[in-house]
Amino acid sequence: MAVRKGIEVSLAVAEAAAACDVDCIAAYPITPQTHIVEHLSELVNDGELDAEFIPVESEHSAMSCCCGTAAAGARTFTATSSQGLALMHEILFIAANLRLPIVMTVANRALSAPINIWNDHSDIMTERDAGWLQIFAENGQEATDMVPICHRIAEDKRVLLPIMLNFDGFIVSHVVEPIICLDKEEIATFLPIYEPQQRLDIDHPITMGPVGMPEVYTEAKMAHEAAVQNSYEPICEILEEFGKQFGRTYKPVETYKTEDADIVYIMMGAAAETAMSWVDKVRDSGKKVGIVRFRLWRPLPVKAFKEAVKGFKVLCVVDRHFSPGGAGGPVAQEVKYMLYGEENAPKVVEVVAGLGGRDLDYDAFETMYDKCKKVLDGGEVPPFELIQARGGHYGKI
Amino acid sequence: MLELRFHGRGGQGGVTSAELLALTAIAGGKFAQSFPSFGPERRGAPVKAFARISEAQIRNRTAVTTPNITVVLDPSLLTIVNTSEGLVEGGMQVVNSTHSPKALREEIGLKGKLVVVDANKIAAEEIGRVITNTTMLGALLKATGIVDKELLIEQLKKRFGRIAEGNIKAFNRAFDEAQIDG
Repeated sequence: MAVRKGIEVSLAVAEAAAACDVDCIAAYPITPQTHIVEHLSELVNDGELDAEFIPVESEHSAMSCCCGTAAAGARTFTATSSQGLALMHEILFIAANLRLPIVMTVANRALSAPINIWNDHSDIMTERDAGWLQIFAENGQEATDMVPICHRIAEDKRVLLPIMLNFDGFIVSHVVEPIICLDKEEIATFLPIYEPQQRLDIDHPITMGPVGMPEVYTEAKMAHEAAVQNSYEPICEILEEFGKQFGRTYKPVETYKTEDADIVYIMMGAAAETAMSWVDKVRDSGKKVGIVRFRLWRPLPVKAFKEAVKGFKVLCVVDRHFSPGGAGGPVAQEVKYMLYGEENAPKVVEVVAGLGGRDLDYDAFETMYDKCKKVLDGGEVPPFELIQARGGHYGKI
Repeated sequence: MLELRFHGRGGQGGVTSAELLALTAIAGGKFAQSFPSFGPERRGAPVKAFARISEAQIRNRTAVTTPNITVVLDPSLLTIVNTSEGLVEGGMQVVNSTHSPKALREEIGLKGKLVVVDANKIAAEEIGRVITNTTMLGALLKATGIVDKELLIEQLKKRFGRIAEGNIKAFNRAFDEAQIDG
């Protein structure tokens, strides 16, 4: 029976992975993800979860190990953050292109330097092109529900891709909050026993991951692109099925109070929750603001996004990472890509904020509003700006 | 929505205080969250923890900067941390101190309604160690009906197992002995 209880989100996520009856966990502890794998190792040690827990010596080994166990046909789970995700970098591409249905939670955290353990999206955005499916959860309930959903998506034979489940480090991972936790029996009715399409088996040998000469590499990439794009429909179906079964329906793109909005904030992750409470507050004072949130980031839900922002005048894209010397933040770049050439496309105001644990608070949303209001009133669209920095814009510190 | 900020020193259990309060509220059917001030935890250094309690879903995920209530677990913090910072109009501070509310106002400049208890003495006598987190919850509950007292005692039993008894005694004594001023 599902139980509503107060629990630290990391522990709820670990218990969800255990309730998914994962076969293998290979992981290395790193803040702020540590509590997830610590708890899983306890559950295995205490005999509550029948799985192999492989305490490896680095994240590079963790992901390599996950590739091995997934290739052998085991339901495989891991978790990481920041420098740990970066250390997995080369293996991430291998997991994706070998079509290994690994589920990895990423408690998003800034990359060094300076050394910073706090939350932003620089770790995950740097791995944007690894070929994994990517989902962003905004709170503990969603993060917990997404664990069985992600296993189901990854293992669907129409998909067969690894998936990263992102939620913000500390501001989600370390918060004690009420979560409805599904038990093993309930999850079993949604997530069937994993039956691999192909696996490494000494009695029926196959080769995985051979050399791809120039004659086949392009085709392999094309096949991978098709696999990621074609995962969209199964993802939508699975999200809907979860909603029907458990009463919590998740969509690839979410909207909040956008019906009559002039200015719409485009966000990802937990900061969108704080933004919702800010919107509730300022709506009373006549500010017509709403929020559109990407839950699904790969595949990019182009059609759903375009529909969600149709007719608005100004979009404020809030990025938690940027490309130094480049074209601003990754979310804004892709939003502009989706809107380019569209008739009556909204103007796009780009801000980078909430870096390395700087709170994305009401003041930050007010600053963004002021920038957008000028554009709404006919002002020019300003260049991308890193807000919240003492001393202001571009090197005046 | 009520927002709380706990001031303690690393190792004194301020995070546990905030967590027990949130767990009690959730067990009572409310919405709540608790979280530490994120960062390297250093034993003995001033640390903060936060809690929010509400009848409706809580969406704000920023640190608590305008608390309705602050709880000060360690008397030595009063002169080195501004525990009144951001306290809302009509807010309350629950303080571990041997001093009177009047002295705390005049000498340290504490603001708001004050709830004062000598938690060091109570914890030393009832628990055998000067760990004041559960004691301070007793003082907090005397001054506010923020969560159900019996439900909180249930949480203490669950969390502390064989050492729960001392913690519950300390909690109850603080509930009885706390002075409320303002």
